[in-house]
Amino acid sequence: MQDAAVETSARELPRPRVASFALPALLFALLALTPLIGLVGPERYLLGLVTRAMIFAIAAIGLDLALGCGGLVSFGHAAFIGIGGYAAGILNVAGIDDVALVLAASLGASALFALATGSISLKTRGVHFIMITLAFGQMAYFVANSLKAYGGDDGLTLTNRVTLVGRDVFGGTYAFFYLVLALLILVYLSARAISASRFGRVLRGAKDNETRMAAIGFNPYPFRLTAYVISGVMAGLAGFLLAEQSEFVSPAFMTWQRSGDLIIMVMLGGIASLDGAILGALIVVLAEEMLAGVTEHWRVIFGPFLVLVALFARGGLIGLVRGRRHG
Amino acid sequence: MSTALLAVQTLNGLQLGVLLFLIAAGLTLVFGVMDFINLAHGVQYMLGAYFAVTFYGVTGSFLLALLLSLAAAMALGLLLEIVIFRHLYGRDHLDQVLATFGIILFVEEGVRMIFGPTSLSLPMPEMLSGAIELMPRLLYPIYRLAIIAAGIGVAILLYVLVNHTRVGMLVRAGASNAPMVSALGVDIGRLFMIIFGFGAMLAGFAGVMVAPILSVEPNMGDNLLILAFVVIVIGGIGSVRGAFIAALLVGLVDTLGRSFASDILRTVLSSSAANQAGPALASMLTYVLMAAVLFFRPAGLFPVRR
Repeated sequence: MQDAAVETSARELPRPRVASFALPALLFALLALTPLIGLVGPERYLLGLVTRAMIFAIAAIGLDLALGCGGLVSFGHAAFIGIGGYAAGILNVAGIDDVALVLAASLGASALFALATGSISLKTRGVHFIMITLAFGQMAYFVANSLKAYGGDDGLTLTNRVTLVGRDVFGGTYAFFYLVLALLILVYLSARAISASRFGRVLRGAKDNETRMAAIGFNPYPFRLTAYVISGVMAGLAGFLLAEQSEFVSPAFMTWQRSGDLIIMVMLGGIASLDGAILGALIVVLAEEMLAGVTEHWRVIFGPFLVLVALFARGGLIGLVRGRRHG
Repeated sequence: MSTALLAVQTLNGLQLGVLLFLIAAGLTLVFGVMDFINLAHGVQYMLGAYFAVTFYGVTGSFLLALLLSLAAAMALGLLLEIVIFRHLYGRDHLDQVLATFGIILFVEEGVRMIFGPTSLSLPMPEMLSGAIELMPRLLYPIYRLAIIAAGIGVAILLYVLVNHTRVGMLVRAGASNAPMVSALGVDIGRLFMIIFGFGAMLAGFAGVMVAPILSVEPNMGDNLLILAFVVIVIGGIGSVRGAFIAALLVGLVDTLGRSFASDILRTVLSSSAANQAGPALASMLTYVLMAAVLFFRPAGLFPVRR
């Protein structure tokens, strides 16, 4: 164990891998071209689906930043999606539709929730951290259920999408698609920058060996809390987009199963590689839909696939693509 | 809140508590001794109920169905251990989460394919149907009392097994330091198998017991699994005694909270506010309890590992 940790850090600390821009660039290019399918057939439905997948990719990148980089396995990240979504929904009911205001509220609310729950949760480690984040996620879920004024457990239908200085620029399927893609790229690049920065290196150092980081003068707590808040804000952004896309928000956004799905996305793609989070989210959302088209019992196929990935593809699918870097 | 209602709800709370204990006991040992997160444990509870329905259909006897279901649940647990789980010991927790999550998807959908999506039910055994008068004008179903009795019986059996047998000694040693037990020459692989099969059987037992009173459906284990994790974290991972006390605590807090939260809130809030906040607070109580326990005693009420 000890040797492995030293070896990993020796390999990783000097220079984070910046070289591998090829795969994400390819992914983003493919995504950008998705609307072209519309030329071949009536694929508005597919466009909506890919938009949804990209939204989950944003949340998965957020989770990967906490989970992969910081070793903080949050089992309550769906709460941020819900909070981002509910902020948009509640402002819509109040008649506020300006994108800047709504976005600020969504992200602000997620940040506050992350700060409050993170400052308590980060006192614990390992499995206990998993469980305490689950607890906070469930609390948020039940609060959403009890919001009778905003639909209770039925959820809340938004009357319209957000507007930019009073104009409806995000209403169209294509406009919204490219908005989400642009935000996905932005989130990805920021997460990458964060991961490669000194801040990211401290996080990874604390994940590998907390005692060593403390010995060289770093208290990991503020670093972890910051990472947790950033991660929560990214998931909150995804929640905002999800509410805007479906013009609907409900407690179902924040069930523990949804939090589990996010972890599965990150794990499937490959932990601590932000590319993997995108890949995992796309595969989970798209495979679910495609397999469901083949057979209603698609889980019988998808379940064993996950087992095989866990057993044989250490480091997730991205590990297979890149060849084994982590043994 | 009348005394009769309080008594009934306390009994209901105990009943939920012993069910949680049956599930949590296996979970906490598997987690504590093998350091293995088994999300598929809830599936084993669900399968117990389906086995009971199937075997009852074949044999027509509740007792025979119970015995056959226990054997089947244990066999299935052992099969999973041999084919999949043993390759994941010592791996990252998240690999285990991914694999066991895949198993949940597969088994639940498989059950849905075989038995159909509608829920099934098991008739209550003749001998245990009916109700008895606990207090004047307070009737309580005998079967529910039987569940409580069975749960407490299992708890006593486990106490004896864990504290007064050789295997139990190894289990306790394994929970506090598994590599050391292995280094002392104990066949740790076999110990793991025994614990796994036994845990699966207990979860299956819980499934059989609830089959007559709950609807038997493919996702019946999902929410109970999460509650069982809450229980083992509150109790202290690896501690059977902790699991027992935490299970009763969670069962009582959850049941009594749901019945009385609105009433209690009404003493400090307006009636409408209490009616709105009550159910939310009641659902939250177990999680508030867990968060508080983790905050003040991060290793749970009965910590095992140092």
